[in-house]
Amino acid sequence: MKRLFLVLCVITAPAFAVQPDEILDNPVLEDRARDISAGLRCLVCRNESIDDSNAELARDLRLLVRERLVVGDTNEEVVDFVVDRYGEYVLLKPRTGGSNLLLWMAGPIMLGAGLLMAGIYLRGRAQTPERAVARLSEAEERRLREILDD
Amino acid sequence: MITELGHFALILAFLVACAQAVIPLIGAHKRWPGWMAFAEPAATIQFLLTAASFAALTWAFVTSDFSLRLVTLNSHTDKPMLYKITGVWGNHEGSMLLWVLIVTLFGGAVAWFGANLPPSLKARVLSVQAMIGAAFFAFILLTSNPFLRMGTPPFNGQDLNPLLQDPGLAFHPPFLYLGYVGLSMTFSFAVAALIEGRVDAAWGRWVRPYTLAAWIFLTIGIGLGSWWAYYELGWGGFWFWDPVENASFMPWLIAAALLHSAIVVEKRESLKSWTILLAIIAFGFSMIGAFITRSGVLTSVHAFATDPERGVFLLGITAAFMMGALTLFAARANVMQARGVFSMVSRESVLVLNNILLAVACFVVFIGTMWPLIAEMAFDRKLSVGAPFFNAAFTPFMVALGLVLPVGAMLAWKRATVGRIVRQLIPAFALAVAIGALAWAMQSGRSALGPMGLFLGAWLVAGSAVDIWARTGRGTGRLARLTRLPRADWGKAVAHGGLGVTMAGVAAMMAWEAEDIRVLQVGQDFEIAGYGLRLDEVHQEQGPNYVATKATFTLSQNGREIAEMQPEKRVYPVAQMPTTEAALDNAFLRDIYVVIGDPQEGGGWAVRSYYKPLANWIWGGSILMALGGFLSLSDRRYRVAAGARKLPQGVPAE
Repeated sequence: MKRLFLVLCVITAPAFAVQPDEILDNPVLEDRARDISAGLRCLVCRNESIDDSNAELARDLRLLVRERLVVGDTNEEVVDFVVDRYGEYVLLKPRTGGSNLLLWMAGPIMLGAGLLMAGIYLRGRAQTPERAVARLSEAEERRLREILDD
Repeated sequence: MITELGHFALILAFLVACAQAVIPLIGAHKRWPGWMAFAEPAATIQFLLTAASFAALTWAFVTSDFSLRLVTLNSHTDKPMLYKITGVWGNHEGSMLLWVLIVTLFGGAVAWFGANLPPSLKARVLSVQAMIGAAFFAFILLTSNPFLRMGTPPFNGQDLNPLLQDPGLAFHPPFLYLGYVGLSMTFSFAVAALIEGRVDAAWGRWVRPYTLAAWIFLTIGIGLGSWWAYYELGWGGFWFWDPVENASFMPWLIAAALLHSAIVVEKRESLKSWTILLAIIAFGFSMIGAFITRSGVLTSVHAFATDPERGVFLLGITAAFMMGALTLFAARANVMQARGVFSMVSRESVLVLNNILLAVACFVVFIGTMWPLIAEMAFDRKLSVGAPFFNAAFTPFMVALGLVLPVGAMLAWKRATVGRIVRQLIPAFALAVAIGALAWAMQSGRSALGPMGLFLGAWLVAGSAVDIWARTGRGTGRLARLTRLPRADWGKAVAHGGLGVTMAGVAAMMAWEAEDIRVLQVGQDFEIAGYGLRLDEVHQEQGPNYVATKATFTLSQNGREIAEMQPEKRVYPVAQMPTTEAALDNAFLRDIYVVIGDPQEGGGWAVRSYYKPLANWIWGGSILMALGGFLSLSDRRYRVAAGARKLPQGVPAE
């Protein structure tokens, strides 16, 4: 398996992703193509977008994205087209629907919980002074009495 | 022969670690001085044995002893000496040996420099550290032994991955391991304190140097790794949110949080239980990092030696240490009652906020990294979580952190008044807004990311300057006093300023980078972001263990030639892998980055070039952060015996 990855990705890895001959003449479309491909995963690579990868498959996908754009698809339509074929595994930015809501909300929820707990703790800290300072433990009271009695 | 001695030394070290894990612990419990004192020589011996073992493996690599399986798989006689040596840790087995060497080094450091620790605490710390060591010795000996021989040694080796034959990459693992393993020391201190039943200001002071050291090394290691990715991978990316990168970033975030909460323990005797918990979790993240890198559960560009058996073993070690420590934590919650009292507006509160932001940011990275696994197991969805998610979900926390930091850093302990600090900070804020607005005006209709980053950077740097200036008090002679401030104050200002520099660099690079891809004939030129680039010639060159296609470009600005750039494309015949060596022209405000690609059918060469604004600031900021850490580490109060006089001798409150 590892060999396979090496063959597919690393062999050509550091050379080139987007080749000069892929680039569209229309700079607006090309910019959109780059945007879209930065968010699509190269399926045979380890965690690389098709924009960064030089695997053959990534090149095919890049060409596909450009083809769809030239035909006149919107960005969403292109992404949907690719997802229909390869599944949501290709999306580097997971969609927010369904169980993924948990992923997207995890940060804000934890932040809220953290702030709440910290607020309670800090209130406690701010209100303890008198009690903490005023009262001595029984042993301390005894020891104090001993000292005073001496 | 030397190999067998190394192997034997490793087994002996394991046995010493086992003894050191048990004897001092019993000694500390029963108050037997002799048994407690066993820990110190044992820690030293354990270190020396492991060092000997590591030296033996290094020797095998240096002499290209291909009867060793590991050397055959990862070395070659043609390889330059530097990479023969760094090849020792450029593989799973060798890197684990380096890891455990550092575990014993930190244990040794406590034995050698911990003269001011109470004997029972010291014995317990060393004992816990030895437990960690023993677990890793067992892991190496049972699943990843570097000293295995080959039946029939080949004539030559299979070479180290050419991508790893680079100084930036060769030296970043040792730093990262110093960081990861440094967190094992804070873990040992936390567990020892829990066993001891005592967490006080002195404890806060004892663990802080180790936390600081771990954080500094992680900073350097991550910085080096990202710098390597930037110039070596050929498209100038510096951070990919890859699982393995995240594995190093999570301990860094938690270590940063721990660093700050340990200050509260040290100065104010509050946040004790939280700090202990962080110390435990920080090491947990280090272990999870080791697990992610070596088990192959998450696919990553860096994963090496993916092997389920090793993964299970590492997961077992992680689970055992975490569950043990957390159980102890739950049982001893009562000893960690806070003493200090403070109001809502105080340094303490802001440090709590710092901890929340860092911890939640770390949690976001964690859940993003693990989500593909969770989604597949729990929801049967096969999906990816990549850079776009992290950029969106993680960045807000760093922005919030940057906004609050300059104000928080100047608040007084216990009870603070915001008004005076805000007045002092107005010039810094105005400067930052001006810089942000200028950036906003100069760019036309692009995202707010760049100006926001520059604003935050300027706000942090100027805020740190105001902070250090405010420390000099009032009246005349402030400049003279500036030089006499404690190094910790300087460390704080430099590290916070460094964070700002890095933030500005990251934002500028992401917002204003320009890219150009084209076919270029020899003699042709083109323009990128106002700079001219001309391809002068291309030729073949023979390197020590590779063949290179080397191009020469001339970089010019306004018709004036400013630099010659020579990107290369190398092919390593033994490993059958090509690499690119990008050519960079560094300047204070920008990098120009050129890569030469393949020859084209119709003649000419594919050429990829970038304009990278403020690129060096990312690593410059990292260096500043590390420097700030070193300054703080060298502060006088860690060199004088911390709490030596204050503590009654060895009477733990049990």
